[in-house]
Amino acid sequence: MLSIKNLHASIGDKPILRGINLEVKAGEVHAIMGPNGSGKSTLASVLAGNEKFTVTDGSVEFLGQNLMELSIEDRARLGLFLGFQYPVEIPGVTMANFMKMAVNEQRKYRGEEPLSAGQFLKLMKQKSAVVELDSKLTSRAVNEGFSGGEKKKNEIFQMAMLEPKLAILDETDSGLDIDALRVVATGVTKLHTEENATVVITHYQRLLDYIVPDFVHVLYKGQIIYSGDKTLALKLEKEGYDWLINDYKE
Amino acid sequence: MAEKDKDLIEKIDKEYEYGFTTDIETETIGRCLNEDVIRLISAKKEEPEWMLERRLKAFRHWQKMPLPTWAHLDIPEIDFQDIIYYAAPKQRKKLGSMDEVDPELKRTFDKLGIPLEEQMALAGVAVDAVMDSVSVKTTFRETLAEKGIIFCSISEAIREYPDLVKKYLGSVVPYTDNFYAALNAAVFSDGSFCYIPKGVRCPMELSTYFRINAEGTGQFERTLLVADEGSYVSYLEGCTAPQRDENQLHAAVVEIVVERDAEVKYSTVQNWYPGDKEGKGGIYNFVTKRGLCRQNAHLSWTQVETGSAITWKYPSCVLLGDNSVGEFYSVAMTNNFQQADTGTKMIHIGRNTRSRIVSKGISAGKSQNAYRGLVRVAKGADNARNYSQCDSLLIGDKCGAHTFPEIDSHNPTAVLEHEATTSKISEDQLFYCNQRGISTEDAVGLIVNGYAREVLSKLPMEFAVEAQKLLAISLEGSVG
Repeated sequence: MLSIKNLHASIGDKPILRGINLEVKAGEVHAIMGPNGSGKSTLASVLAGNEKFTVTDGSVEFLGQNLMELSIEDRARLGLFLGFQYPVEIPGVTMANFMKMAVNEQRKYRGEEPLSAGQFLKLMKQKSAVVELDSKLTSRAVNEGFSGGEKKKNEIFQMAMLEPKLAILDETDSGLDIDALRVVATGVTKLHTEENATVVITHYQRLLDYIVPDFVHVLYKGQIIYSGDKTLALKLEKEGYDWLINDYKE
Repeated sequence: MAEKDKDLIEKIDKEYEYGFTTDIETETIGRCLNEDVIRLISAKKEEPEWMLERRLKAFRHWQKMPLPTWAHLDIPEIDFQDIIYYAAPKQRKKLGSMDEVDPELKRTFDKLGIPLEEQMALAGVAVDAVMDSVSVKTTFRETLAEKGIIFCSISEAIREYPDLVKKYLGSVVPYTDNFYAALNAAVFSDGSFCYIPKGVRCPMELSTYFRINAEGTGQFERTLLVADEGSYVSYLEGCTAPQRDENQLHAAVVEIVVERDAEVKYSTVQNWYPGDKEGKGGIYNFVTKRGLCRQNAHLSWTQVETGSAITWKYPSCVLLGDNSVGEFYSVAMTNNFQQADTGTKMIHIGRNTRSRIVSKGISAGKSQNAYRGLVRVAKGADNARNYSQCDSLLIGDKCGAHTFPEIDSHNPTAVLEHEATTSKISEDQLFYCNQRGISTEDAVGLIVNGYAREVLSKLPMEFAVEAQKLLAISLEGSVG
């Protein structure tokens, strides 16, 4: 589904990603961990197409297409979803309006008819239940005045609405209390099928208790320096990154 | 991002949709302004002597007045002798029924989406259409007459309801008020008149549609709206003009009298031709709008200003009666080389008077957008309250937003609040929308409409939809 080969990217003159290689297949869950500043969020942004970053080398194939040649919105319409670490507020634009436009743009891209108002409202109601999102929030402006937990739930709600092929969740667990974490994580698990794939970027093992990864990767200084199964996350939780970084330094 | 900026800025430049001209025989008088011209206008309108006297008095006063220069506007010199002060679509005889209206004229208003026919019944709107200098047709007069509501052109009102006109015309905006109000009082050629009798709730939206068609013409319409005690009316106003290289002058006056316990909602969607991308052509929109509120009266101005090369306009409320309420909701959008200096005046005179100002400015391209407001509390206005909110949204880095709020309070019990913000559409917001599959053009439209929502929600339904589209079209794809 996703095939990253030797990906290099920089912000300005400063290289951040320095040769990423990663294969993600349908049905898989990958976790990306690593110390602060290792390039985890940059990887997510570059895949989504954020123009703050320049891709300097390498290639990314997504569902058989050269991802780097697609616009941000076409990547999204094709089925790439980014769960933001810091979701932005859009004052005055209701969630309902925002999602309606997003869902219908995706449908248009696939050659499908737009949803009627009735169908859309039904879908919203159904999907907001996935993350126990208060249905009142959908009539409020996008993320405006949402608590930290509500913002993250709202990201997963949008993921539920758009049913992406590949979801990249950038520190979706940061800033959540234990209950909210459970709701968000079980929401993600409910949405997982054999046809789609999930990449979670996280600092903490606790998220992976709910979203059990098939692979855990450690990103450091813009490269994946170590990969393993779910036990790697437990080891990292206990021992930190030092043992890996020291290895890498030699 | 520079490349993207450029790309986006190119996409803003949507053509002006209403830039066509109607090929219709027009009767005009020459380009000049003197007492003879005013006599001629008055004669064409078959006006009584007292009206002519009023015009001449205003004209003599105007001649002594200096041009106002205090606005944050760069106004090229206007030669007031080089304007046609009267232009009318030629009619062979007086109109008896709709069928006698020139078909070409009817097509014009159809093109503008203003069907003058009975289908307006479905929309429930009564329309007075003004082309160049004359009122073309007023619909639904009979339905309204049953309730005692008078809705007609101001020329007709002068002939048929002289007592009402004498009493109210110039009572809120006297000819001495300002330069353009004086000019208007001297040369106004038509406009709408509306009178809602005591205790009557007007059953439909009343609407005036203004259209400048003839070349070299100035449009000086005069609107007078009187809501008698305990009555209610919602009034809409729309404007368009053809695309021309020259600048055309529009200097209107709107006067509203809101008697005791009455309520008036006045909504405007102003879409005069704004000029081209290089700033050539476009309408100079110099308008005086003011309402007078008696005891417990309520006046609400809502405006969506997207057109005109230059806008100079301050719909105001004089809160004379105790407990009266004034409101001003505005979205002013400028693009390319447009300039706008707009806002309101809330004059608190009565006790317990309240006012609310919500102004949303949007600047794009190389435009300049200014909010100018005055909140004055007179000595006797105990417990006056005002809340003002002035927001500016900037798109791109070559435009300007300016705020000139003035507060002048002479009463210690007054409570006045003012909030102001300036923001840009952020790249993070655009990226967020893009990542959900929404194109940048659509995202900007969405964000701008969201920003203006509080004001748009005050418009009547049909108008709100039109205004939303207008904002999206006029701004499509701009980013900062």
